Amino acid sequence: MNPIILDYLPILIFIGVAIVVSAALMGSSFILAKSNPDNEKLSTYECGFEPFENARVKFDIRFYLVAILFIIFDLEVAFLFPWAITLGKIGVFGYISMMIFLAVLTVGFVYEWKKGALEWD
Amino acid sequence: MDNILSMYLYPAAIIAAKSVFLITTLLITIAFLLLADRKIWAAVQMRRGPNVVGAFGLLQSFADLLKFVLKEVIIPSKADKAVFLLAPFVTTVFAISAWAVIPFDAGIVLADINIGVLYILAISSLGVYGIIMGGWASNSKYPFLGALRSAAQMVSYEVSIGFVIITVILLSGSLNLTDIVNAQSGDYGILNWYFIPLFPMFVVFFISALAETNRPPFDLPEAESELVAGFMVEYSSTPYLMFMLGEYVSIVLMCAFATILFLGGWHAPLPILDFIPGFVWFVIKVCFMFFMFAMVKAMVPRYRYDQLMRLGWKVFLPLSLVMVAVTATFVVFFK
Repeated sequence: MNPIILDYLPILIFIGVAIVVSAALMGSSFILAKSNPDNEKLSTYECGFEPFENARVKFDIRFYLVAILFIIFDLEVAFLFPWAITLGKIGVFGYISMMIFLAVLTVGFVYEWKKGALEWD
Repeated sequence: MDNILSMYLYPAAIIAAKSVFLITTLLITIAFLLLADRKIWAAVQMRRGPNVVGAFGLLQSFADLLKFVLKEVIIPSKADKAVFLLAPFVTTVFAISAWAVIPFDAGIVLADINIGVLYILAISSLGVYGIIMGGWASNSKYPFLGALRSAAQMVSYEVSIGFVIITVILLSGSLNLTDIVNAQSGDYGILNWYFIPLFPMFVVFFISALAETNRPPFDLPEAESELVAGFMVEYSSTPYLMFMLGEYVSIVLMCAFATILFLGGWHAPLPILDFIPGFVWFVIKVCFMFFMFAMVKAMVPRYRYDQLMRLGWKVFLPLSLVMVAVTATFVVFFK
């Protein structure tokens, strides 16, 4: 077998064991605890009265904005990983290329900031 | 047949045995760290904390476990049942899975892969799914709002954590956790550790880790004064326990990760202390980090949500971005 794949075999087995342990822990109360449900017990929590409306309501657009910003910056981080490791080899050329890239991103970031995409009030 | 047994089955069995040992040790350690957390919290507030079950309350966590297991599981009638139960399950499984690559001492690591840092980053980002799933499947207002907040908070601080990790790997030149620890060894002990040159990043990492694991002062998803208990409102019994367990497993993981990235892993702080096994140093450092987590919980009041987002996007992100550029400049021109 390919030795690189063999390196990852312990992780697969470890996740398998983690699933078994978690399932055992979670299943234990389904087996051990007695279940005695009634209508009120199973109703949705809403400070003692019936829920007024569906829980899945409209929510603030800013959560969506945060998600978009996260994608941009997290992709940037993912892009930086290979660069960070090889920086010793690619030297000044690699350094300058990445600084230009970061500068472009910073311009975008400043624009978002000025536009108020980061305000929460 | 014999060939297949000796080639695949025995090594797999040994790895499985190691995995069981690691997970058991981890869970028992977390039982005591949870108690330590409550004891520290109590001590700061001049209380005694749990002290009834066992000597000094040492068995409190195990008593709690028994109580959780014997409680009735309540699945709300409006909930999406499969996702509702899957949510705490995936939270715990993902939190535990990340431990596969943590090196406890030189050579004592289950999977010594080349991209250990990336693996931990990936797995710990998946933790947000458990919360989103739980909040959505509960079909109740408070869990829904709590899950939204939590997701936005976790992804915001993950960006900073990503940049912090970049600065560390710029210095170490490797994504392998063992190599990162070894890059911090040297004749000067504690002075070789990365928390000295990268001290601002160490602080950013610590605070981001608090936000990433929904620890106080950033426990807004479960802000009990507004959202009752956030995404966990509808959970009871072991499903609730799994959320708590997943949270503590990832807190201790963040402590171990900070130890590896900044505190020199298993290396002794002074070269003359090398006779003490590295494993002991690793545990001491993780416990120290956990102590810091517990002290922050006891001392700092909860942040408001807009303050939290401002800190993440307007302070930590620019700061860590600048530090990446500064560290890269250092690596290219002065090293």
